[in-house]
Amino acid sequence: MTLDYLLKRIFQFVLIAFLAATINFFFPRMSGQDPIRQKLILLQSQGVNVSSEEVAGLIETYNAKFGLDQPLWRQYLNYLGNMARFDFGVSISNYPSTVISVLARAIPWTVGLLLTATLISFTIGTIVGALLAWGKAPLWVRTIFPAFFTFSAVPFYLMAIILLYIFAFQWPIFPLFGGYSTQRIPEVSWSFAVDILYHSILPAFSIVLAQVGFWALGMRSMMVTVQGEDYMLQAEAKGLKDSRIFYRYAMRNAILPQITGLALSLGTTISGAILVEIVFSYPGVGSVLLQAVRGFDWFVIQGIVFLVILSVAFTMLVIDLIYPLLDPRIHYRTE
Amino acid sequence: MAIQSTPVLEAPPVPANRLRDTLLYFRRNRPLIAGCLLLLLIVLFVVVGSIVTSPEDAQPLAYRPSQPPSAEHWLGTDRLGKDILAVMTEGTPQTIRIGVTAGTIGVLIGTILAFFSGYYGGVFDTITRSAVDILRTVPALLVLVIIAISVPGDMSVTEMALIVAALAWLGPTRVLRAQVLVIRQQPYVEMARFSGLSGPEIIIREMIPNLMPFIVAVYITSISGAVLASLGLEAIGLGPFEANTLGMTIYWNIWYASLINGWWWWWTPPIVVIVLLFVGLFLISQGLDEWANPRLRKSV
Repeated sequence: MTLDYLLKRIFQFVLIAFLAATINFFFPRMSGQDPIRQKLILLQSQGVNVSSEEVAGLIETYNAKFGLDQPLWRQYLNYLGNMARFDFGVSISNYPSTVISVLARAIPWTVGLLLTATLISFTIGTIVGALLAWGKAPLWVRTIFPAFFTFSAVPFYLMAIILLYIFAFQWPIFPLFGGYSTQRIPEVSWSFAVDILYHSILPAFSIVLAQVGFWALGMRSMMVTVQGEDYMLQAEAKGLKDSRIFYRYAMRNAILPQITGLALSLGTTISGAILVEIVFSYPGVGSVLLQAVRGFDWFVIQGIVFLVILSVAFTMLVIDLIYPLLDPRIHYRTE
Repeated sequence: MAIQSTPVLEAPPVPANRLRDTLLYFRRNRPLIAGCLLLLLIVLFVVVGSIVTSPEDAQPLAYRPSQPPSAEHWLGTDRLGKDILAVMTEGTPQTIRIGVTAGTIGVLIGTILAFFSGYYGGVFDTITRSAVDILRTVPALLVLVIIAISVPGDMSVTEMALIVAALAWLGPTRVLRAQVLVIRQQPYVEMARFSGLSGPEIIIREMIPNLMPFIVAVYITSISGAVLASLGLEAIGLGPFEANTLGMTIYWNIWYASLINGWWWWWTPPIVVIVLLFVGLFLISQGLDEWANPRLRKSV
């Protein structure tokens, strides 16, 4: 029944959230590290004058939050409860701002970049892949695209470094870093939106460049399979127009595995995008992660890991649930 | 046990000119050749590097920092005063070692899990399958980040390899298990079972040899995935800081903003080697795929 499947998928989602929280809790404890002490040692080694109030505040919040005097299982349950409420504690580097407020500022940038780049590469890749299998692709596409297949083997962020060098350093057409011009104050206006778009072109382009081959390759092989189907022969025999056969018969059926692929590739894409953000100093989750790693900001790292795993799992759940709308053959019945 | 395990399948007659056939096949399989050549190029680079430079040249403050390439320093020096050719000579094998170590562990664990769960089925299979299904949707890099920050003190290259290996078994397990499910039904496996071979015997003597080309292809993919993961971790700053791996070189490039400072000779070598490595491994795995899966030959 549909309900069975729905419950199973939701259970899976909860399980992933639970596992993510659990590794967050146990791994750092297994090695017996104390993030607060590490941070203080780091600050001292840098000769930063840490005010005693600040230290006391940090330690107090930390102890209260995690109840370090309590038994491990109580700590663990507390931790799970906090995670479920998205309460990740405070950022050690930016005390007293909370982890969730630090992340809330970064997430829109990452989501925006990733969403546009993925949609663009998925659309272009799928169409080109279909055309390649159909044998009607223009000559330049047929000569250039095989190179893109190979590109998809290269990590995104290396592509990003090369693009940045060519189009921002050698020929300064695009900005070298950031999500918007440094002299501007974020505001809701037309010119600011243009500024954001202008800054996002290179990062987005490097993701698209690295991904488009992957989608084209998948689509091409699916189209080859679909072309052998009987209904294609029948459509041709009926004398349907070429364009109708192409879109409604071939592409419509070949695109389904691509959508499953989209869901499955999310995890890899987001890992790649995090590194692209680092290369471009783009103000998203990746740059926050880099800063957090440099500053031993454990709670921010844990927050990012938990939130990203959770959002990927959630997106997959959504894609899975709307999949029957796209493919009527799927009913989600128990066999 | 009356029936002794007689050879179940006659070995196919050995072709008269096997060597020539193999060579001919290699000539036909262009990706495989191209991939091997690219990797050979990297080996050559490391060999030349180790002749021209010595390991001491890769120490910080060995030379004047940030010098462009010259007759003395073929690839120039970096911001830390290391000779870049020496850094690359040391770092390239280190990165490959991380990939091979993690990839090997991943394939070994993956093969064992895949064959046992695929062949025997049951509860063990259910657990393996669900674990793989769930874990493979999780962004691996972030799980590795949590493991990496939990390593106390300075990380070594070997520790780096082990961290990466923590998730390297997922891909091999999934892909190989699917293959095992297919060949489990094949007549020769059934025959082996009827002739009294035990489960492990069938797996080791019948199934693994038959899937060998496939396992090798998975192995290459798995090495490439491990290198990718290690580079990602290192670029974030979670790597062996004392080492000169390719990923750490990328990290220092980002740290010192070498791009904006115009030190192109510092960031180009690691990128070129990484691209060669990935494209090489990609082509080899494509070539092996074609070998393992002859049905593909029509479409190539």
